[in-house]
Amino acid sequence: MTQAEKEIRFQEKIDREIKIEPNDWMPDEYRQTLVRQISQHAHSEIVGMLPEGNWITRAPNLRRKAVLLAKVQDEAGHGLYLYSAVETLGTSREQTIDDLHSGKAKYSSIFNYPALTWADIGTIGWLVDGAAIMNQVALCRTSYGPYARAMVKICKEESFHQRQGYESLMKLCSGTPQQKAMAQDAMNRFWWPALMMFGPSDADSTHSDQSIKWKIKRFTNDELRQSFVDATVAQAEILGLTIPDPNLKWNEARGHYDFSEINWEEFWQVVKGNGPCNKERLAARVKAKEEGAWVREAATAFAKKRAMKKSA
Amino acid sequence: MSTNEWPLWEVFIRSKQGLNHKHVGSLRAPDATLALENARDVYTRRSEGISIWVVESVQIHATDIDEAASFFEPSDTKIYRHPTFYEVPDGVKHM
Ligand SMILES: [Fe+2]
Ligand SMILES: [Fe+2]
Repeated sequence: MTQAEKEIRFQEKIDREIKIEPNDWMPDEYRQTLVRQISQHAHSEIVGMLPEGNWITRAPNLRRKAVLLAKVQDEAGHGLYLYSAVETLGTSREQTIDDLHSGKAKYSSIFNYPALTWADIGTIGWLVDGAAIMNQVALCRTSYGPYARAMVKICKEESFHQRQGYESLMKLCSGTPQQKAMAQDAMNRFWWPALMMFGPSDADSTHSDQSIKWKIKRFTNDELRQSFVDATVAQAEILGLTIPDPNLKWNEARGHYDFSEINWEEFWQVVKGNGPCNKERLAARVKAKEEGAWVREAATAFAKKRAMKKSA
Repeated sequence: MSTNEWPLWEVFIRSKQGLNHKHVGSLRAPDATLALENARDVYTRRSEGISIWVVESVQIHATDIDEAASFFEPSDTKIYRHPTFYEVPDGVKHM
């Protein structure tokens, strides 16, 4: 079969909603796109543990602490499901992680913003996990089998992340005026970065068309962003929080909310590594790998010793 | 690839008594004991399992995807192995 015939057969499979599995033939570019997207997704889960992990010891009570710990542990699991999915495409895990540490691979720009107050933790659960869920639910039907299966498992676990955040904000918003103000301040800082999580606008998105054709993505960035805004407005109203956008209003004709243009200059600055926490986040990951090396070495040595005892 | 990368393990979980172990994913671990412990932490955080198997990925032998058509051909052509192949009169019951 020629290359062109293989590509036609491949696209026919995609069009018929047949999932692609690791050993199936696939175009190199499909493989590369998946490696880039899934590893970026995996890194986001792992780096995403940092801003929240920082608050585990400072959670206001034992219940909140247990919940936050469980959430952060879930994110570690999500990172692992996704690293496993990347590995099925023939790239080594070590390489994938080193690409993050060298700055070659990206992760979601949202995690380059600091979590300054306790209200930020609730807001992250509500808005950041909320935006992630919007994206991930769509990816449950992605064309690559291992990625789709990882997404299904992740989505099952994610919904508690958003609900615990919303519940925590609900508490703050019905508390003292200071607590309510703290929640509003978190909202003001996280709203726009949350909208940026959906990536560049469709007009500026380099990989979008091909990814839609290959059904790696099922919806465009702008479509998902719009769904997120539409779903979130009423939730903010119930909290009594104001969305920091004077142009946000219902558009009867479109059947959607209109909202202001995103500050793309800020978006690209953060993507390029100039956000408030980029350096800190990467440094924390590199440090974790380096300072954890002895644990991995000890485990390897112990496994060898045990194997020797067994065979003796 | 670094030489000290741990082996890859495939994880199979029995979700409840009476059901098969089912493949749920993979992970890396230095040996079977740690693979089982990691599998518990990664794949059964919400009581998804009562039993776990881990198998080193290199120990799995699989059919060749390129030969699949000819490999499975013998069963595809034998439609008389299915009950719907046979005609019985409408009045016949319990069959
Ligand atoms: Fe997650
Ligand atoms: Fe999450």
